[in-house]
Amino acid sequence: MNRTKSMFSPIRAWEYLFREPVTLHKKDVFVNPREASDRYRGFHQNDLSLCIGCGTCSEICPTDAISMVAVEGLIHEEGKKDERPAFDYGRCSFCGLCVDICTSDSLCMSKEYIHLSQDPDSFFYLPDASGIHEKEADKGYQRDEVSELLDLVRQKMDQEDPSRKSSFVEIMKGYSKKEALEEAARCVACGICTDTCPANMNIPEYIRAVFDDDMEEGMRQIYKTNPLANVCGRICTHKCEEVCAISHRGEPVAIRWLKRYLVDHASEEDYEAGALSSVTAFVQGKVAVVGSGPSGLSCAYYLRTLGYEVSVYESQALPGGVIRYGGPEYRLPEASVLKDISMIEKAGVQFICNTKVGVDITLETLHAEYDAVFLGTGFSLSRPLKIPGYEHPDVLYAIPFLASVRDYLRDMGPIPVVDQKAVVIGGGNVAFDVARSLVRLQEKLYGTSCVHMAILESRDQMLADAEELEEGLEEGLQVHFAYGPQSISIVDDRIKGLHVTKVQSIFDAEGRFNPSYDQTDQKVLEGTQVYMAIGQMPEYAYLNDEMRDRVLTKRGLIAVTDGGQIEGYPWLFAGGDIVRGPDIINGVATGHQAAKAIDLWLQTKP
Amino acid sequence: MKEVKLFLGPQHPGMHGNYSVHMYVDGDMIKKARPTPGFLHRGFEKLMERRFWMGNLALIPRICVVEPDINEMVYAMGIEALADVDVPERAHWIRMIILELGRLAIHMMSIGGIGGPTGMYTATYWGIAQRDLILDLFEKITGARIYHMYIVPGGVRKDLPEGILEDLAKVLDQLEKNLPEYEELILRHPIIHTRIKDNILLPASVVWELGVTGIGMRSATGAKNDLRKVKPYARYDQVEFDVPTATYSDALTRMNLKYQEMHQSIRILRQVMEKMPPDGPVRTAFSPGSALRYTVPAGMVYTAVESSRGEYGYFIVSDGKEKPYRIAVRGASYAQGLLGIEKYLPGYRIDDASIWMDTMGVCSPEIDR
Repeated sequence: MNRTKSMFSPIRAWEYLFREPVTLHKKDVFVNPREASDRYRGFHQNDLSLCIGCGTCSEICPTDAISMVAVEGLIHEEGKKDERPAFDYGRCSFCGLCVDICTSDSLCMSKEYIHLSQDPDSFFYLPDASGIHEKEADKGYQRDEVSELLDLVRQKMDQEDPSRKSSFVEIMKGYSKKEALEEAARCVACGICTDTCPANMNIPEYIRAVFDDDMEEGMRQIYKTNPLANVCGRICTHKCEEVCAISHRGEPVAIRWLKRYLVDHASEEDYEAGALSSVTAFVQGKVAVVGSGPSGLSCAYYLRTLGYEVSVYESQALPGGVIRYGGPEYRLPEASVLKDISMIEKAGVQFICNTKVGVDITLETLHAEYDAVFLGTGFSLSRPLKIPGYEHPDVLYAIPFLASVRDYLRDMGPIPVVDQKAVVIGGGNVAFDVARSLVRLQEKLYGTSCVHMAILESRDQMLADAEELEEGLEEGLQVHFAYGPQSISIVDDRIKGLHVTKVQSIFDAEGRFNPSYDQTDQKVLEGTQVYMAIGQMPEYAYLNDEMRDRVLTKRGLIAVTDGGQIEGYPWLFAGGDIVRGPDIINGVATGHQAAKAIDLWLQTKP
Repeated sequence: MKEVKLFLGPQHPGMHGNYSVHMYVDGDMIKKARPTPGFLHRGFEKLMERRFWMGNLALIPRICVVEPDINEMVYAMGIEALADVDVPERAHWIRMIILELGRLAIHMMSIGGIGGPTGMYTATYWGIAQRDLILDLFEKITGARIYHMYIVPGGVRKDLPEGILEDLAKVLDQLEKNLPEYEELILRHPIIHTRIKDNILLPASVVWELGVTGIGMRSATGAKNDLRKVKPYARYDQVEFDVPTATYSDALTRMNLKYQEMHQSIRILRQVMEKMPPDGPVRTAFSPGSALRYTVPAGMVYTAVESSRGEYGYFIVSDGKEKPYRIAVRGASYAQGLLGIEKYLPGYRIDDASIWMDTMGVCSPEIDR
């Protein structure tokens, strides 16, 4: 390509003097920087009011540039950790994966190109919303739906269709292996759930075990803090799911169902190996447990792992308390309860049934025979609502009714006497248990059902779980929100129905419970039986008068120290409903704490 | 005969010098050459085994600094093959935009870069300035100028920003207008001709001997061996473009092929803008769960794309866990960069060594991976 050129050709270069330059002329790039594009991945900005300190950014970071740092002066909030991410720009590769996976949407990157400093420490900093230069630089890279790195949608679980109402078959069918593995893959293992769970269960660890398909490890992790794996895998109030990091932008991980998957799918060997791995020989002393509900069972199991000989006294014919006589079969099948209790029995716990402490044996006798006594008697009485007509024999109560249903279903009692039309008073989970059990019995007896529910609260204020309402409506419950019961109408000694009036407000100006009614809106809910499910209360027949005066609080609970020890009676410990109010997982937690406190007391007492 | 041992590199980070060659010279002539790789070795392949499937996105673009997108593409293609996921239609076209812009950027840098070893820096400034306009586009689309981390397994990370196609058209028009000037200045310049014409020959026999691919192979053998044509990925089978070839491969021919390829890239990009679906999804999940627990089904796969230097491939082995079991990188410059230097650099003059490295397409980090 040897071309001959004109000798003047270099002069052509002059034309470049008149062209627009492609370079930018900036006087001072620090004061007057070039503007970055809208997606530029500059320095991090973190809205600390949104950040929950879950540490997922730190986990995904491919260069280990993010460390979670305790922040001084941060007020602890439920569902948040006290740490916030700090960035090391000596390591950061500005990939933005931390922004894409941020569970709370607090993290983004700014449009800043440059950070210049002679202080090396300034390259490691904990950002807030104003960023590294504290000047609220424009937001650059932000997560969007496409760059999302979390799975926000929960695996659906198969359930029985509404025709289930003619039987007590369990509604939720459980996860298959594939579903469970995919659900477990959604977890980011932040551990906020562990902090929130009353029993501090090792939730990320057992979800990891599900993900790794290591059933034995999963069982071991569950039994570290909870010996009622079957029960809590089905009917736990799952406070963990309310704070789940994923729930900030999506549906929380189905923690409860994953626990259930483990107990349902673990082979017998894996189950036993995991559940009984820490049970030791009888080496320590003897402890009596009063009541075999969740707290009693939990206390007994953990005392066994510590080497104590444990006898559990139960007034009913079968051990289990609320889990045996309370929860309805369609939520908590008998087989599950049996599995939990038999595992505790295998751990070496002795059950003494049909023996009511305070009636068949006194607390003083227990004190004399055992080194320590744990009280877990629970809330065993139904609270009555004293409206006109409440003394009629067809006014029935939740606890004895649910117990009779369970007894009937395990062939230990007759079918409860249920009329064709019934009214239930109450709006909590127990009220729905009663109403939905009634529907099933009516369907069985008459082929049709008619159950009215009078609920004091409005739909938004409802105390029961949303799924109870949804499923109850599917089964044909007639729910009346914000209607307060006034009186039971009785004609010729037969109940005709329940008078209800529209509620205007439940609490008065001082915030006390004092419902006011709209007298213009009244109706009668037809039914020949009225079931009261407005709450439960404890029974303290075993406490003598002096003890009652000393240990009961104003609310009728037992005052205890942190571990469950009762002041003035160092040999006596308590847990469960009578300490914290009704909740199964609270029972498990307080039972476990009491076991540790009993051990500590017995080992250190002079 | 007296020999003197001289070192090419490894003092310079970023250009040919960071790959060290020990040269034994007699006068100006290289008598013996010893490539000493490893100065850029950061253990990419091993590092990848310790990172999540998504976390690797921050690492892989660094295997080839100036042309990072091919890494993202082969990695994504491999995972998509193992996980058996279909990439949304629009994502295929967006990927082509990224890949072709990447090709334009590296060719621009390469054609301008020849000014370095030949001592004509005007070419370098022009080339780099033109490339910078392409980097601006990258910043708008991906959020970064060099390490884009944009092509992800299952699609692309974000949809194109609004108005980007107009910007792209503007850059293409401007580039096309400037290209003849660059040709005039660089490829037809008598000084550069003196240095690179009939210099650094690559006979067809050497291509077959070493396994050279890409422009090296096409310029020496006349074979239209371009993976975009012979084994199309993305939507290269739906666009028209030519594969420029030659049968005599000296340094100038190879530069000329790069220049012609730029015209083809512009042609491809124009067709992409016309044919790509105006909207639609751009990403599908390749695994359930959060990115901390993305898994890829067990198996192994080799995927390859046409880089500016030839066939660029990843061999990915997964054991079904959250991290790769093993990934091996086939760098396109491995053949000529390691064996070729030892065998064929001797016989040239010292000052041709850099031109040799440049026009043979040696990218040191992908040898040192």
